[in-house]
Amino acid sequence: MNSNPSHIIYVPRDTTAVSLGADAIATTIETIAKQKQLPLQVVRNGSRGLYWLEPMLEIQTERGRVAYGPMTTADLDQFMAQECWLENENHPRYLGLTEEIPYLKNQQRLTFARVGITDPLAVDSYCAHDGFAGLRQALEDSPQQIVTTVTDSGLRGRGGAAFPTGIKWQTVLNTPADQKYIVCNADEGDSGTYADRMLMESDPLCLIEGMTIAGLAVGASVGFIYLREEYRLAEQVLNQAIKVATDNNYLGNNILDSGQTFTIEVRLGAGAYICGEETALLESLEGKRGMVRAKPPLPAITGLWGQPTVINNVISLASVPIILSKGASYYKDFGMGRSRGTLPFQLAGNIRQAGLVELAFGPSLNTLLQNFGGGTRTGRPMKAVQVGGPLGAYLPLDQWDTELDYEAFATIDAVLGHGGIVAFDDTVDMGQQARFSMEFCVIESCGKCTPCRIGSTRGVEVIDKIRAGDEAANNTLLLEDLCETMTHGSLCAMGGMTPIPVLSALKYFPEDFNSSTINVST
Amino acid sequence: MTTNSNSADWQTEDVTSIVNAMQHEPGALLPILHALQDKLGYIPPESLPLVADGLNLSRAEVHGVVSFYHYFRSTPPGNHTIQICRAESCQAMGSRALESHVKQALKIDYHQTTSDGDITLEPVYCLGNCACSPAIRIGAVVHANVDTDKFDQLLATLRTQVLAVQ
Repeated sequence: MNSNPSHIIYVPRDTTAVSLGADAIATTIETIAKQKQLPLQVVRNGSRGLYWLEPMLEIQTERGRVAYGPMTTADLDQFMAQECWLENENHPRYLGLTEEIPYLKNQQRLTFARVGITDPLAVDSYCAHDGFAGLRQALEDSPQQIVTTVTDSGLRGRGGAAFPTGIKWQTVLNTPADQKYIVCNADEGDSGTYADRMLMESDPLCLIEGMTIAGLAVGASVGFIYLREEYRLAEQVLNQAIKVATDNNYLGNNILDSGQTFTIEVRLGAGAYICGEETALLESLEGKRGMVRAKPPLPAITGLWGQPTVINNVISLASVPIILSKGASYYKDFGMGRSRGTLPFQLAGNIRQAGLVELAFGPSLNTLLQNFGGGTRTGRPMKAVQVGGPLGAYLPLDQWDTELDYEAFATIDAVLGHGGIVAFDDTVDMGQQARFSMEFCVIESCGKCTPCRIGSTRGVEVIDKIRAGDEAANNTLLLEDLCETMTHGSLCAMGGMTPIPVLSALKYFPEDFNSSTINVST
Repeated sequence: MTTNSNSADWQTEDVTSIVNAMQHEPGALLPILHALQDKLGYIPPESLPLVADGLNLSRAEVHGVVSFYHYFRSTPPGNHTIQICRAESCQAMGSRALESHVKQALKIDYHQTTSDGDITLEPVYCLGNCACSPAIRIGAVVHANVDTDKFDQLLATLRTQVLAVQ
């Protein structure tokens, strides 16, 4: 081999980066390096989440990592011809030090601290960035101490429901059983969200560590990751990571020689949004239709196969390692009110600088939309923003000063949910969006509750009538009445929250339901 | 029980080997159905009694599960499956126009296959690629920022692949 030290070029292996051509870039670099015997080594890291700059390459310099992006084939030719792995400020895609890019520098990355930095499957790199420090702490603590730390951190469920994680864990710990389970809800079905996918693809060992800590905390030896079928790259990465962790004694029968056992298996969903609801997910894991269960009994007491089960979202579980390693108060010092810690927000839809922004709770929605997002991608005025997935409210301009806080959003009849934020420009027809919310509920309802199963179909029809000018005033009253029935008459959030986007669209954008001002097209 | 698949594109052993290998796993039904669809491209209705037998379930229970999940299909797909994301983030970037364009270009609606058996069109509700909407998936590959021009290019590439194979 050559005597030159090898230069590392980081090329993300992440669904979005790959969908923008990252695999082809990695292959091209490797091919040229081989042909010309260049001292280059390609490392497939995760994505930093600055998606409008993907595919983004990074190189290691003495000052730190330097980025180039978004790279096209022509940019790559120039990158190779000018030996840009030695840092070249004159390259048209040169971005300078990655950590100094304001979009990244202005974030507070706790859960996503390693994401995009490390090779997702390299245990040494994971450990060099504080990986498994939380697990080592947990192995020294008693189960009750672990649960108390999580409770004291103020962590609330990041899947959307925001239920205190520590209380769930305490219930499972307090329930005696021969077998308990840890289930990770990785059925990230909300449009506009991709934080779970990104974490699983870019830092899977963090999720594995979090689940293992949960197992130690409540006395569960078996974990399942219920992953949506649409996330095939995450499936690959998770299975590779589970193998790597097991081979290195971080999972299995005698974790770090502690005598403790924990194993994880990935199970694929099959394209049903409802299986993101925790009880439907458990039914699906058991091999049944994803029908929602009535609660009580709580899954924490009677969960998977009737056993006490911790069921948490990916981000909740992946936030646990840093809470254990740095302490409850470190995490709790971020945030506001009863929303402690950070939330990875995801900017999506019609937004210029789409990407993942992890911030402590507290700043306004506008901070995200303007300071980070930079307005719409189409350059037109922004008209509406849907926060919290397909069951979240559509908010107009005058609501964008709302603080990013669970309770602040609740006071305006909105939800933060899983932190997905979808922006729309002024060409959006909000009546059509409201109709889609009902249509989505028709398609995805499990069918158990009548208000959800039938109400959603009636909802589509009533919205069509309103928009066609057929007794609009009466039908609007009927729609509101129907929404009330769905809200109060459904077991789970599917039927119970579909009215949120519908009613918010009706409240803030009534002109889009008026037959005299719209061109009805369904 | 009739498990003869004389006219079908699959053999009884295709199914029984999967069922036998996985039947003792807890909650085995979904993993078995995935394995069947991975192998055969779909889940033949005639295979359900074999699955039901292996898991000590009724045929109705297995059918209920297959029909509940959007991903599982009971008919063979085309050579390629194209999924278009219909969810909000993609709507915000023009997926409704893309949908109409694709349906027109392929002359089919969702859940249908082109008459030459080449392409099956399915909707999908979020591919987690929302930072670069609209997104579509062809087979297992996700494509970003798909406008009508980009779709036409992707389609042309697919059609060329088929010609090359033929």
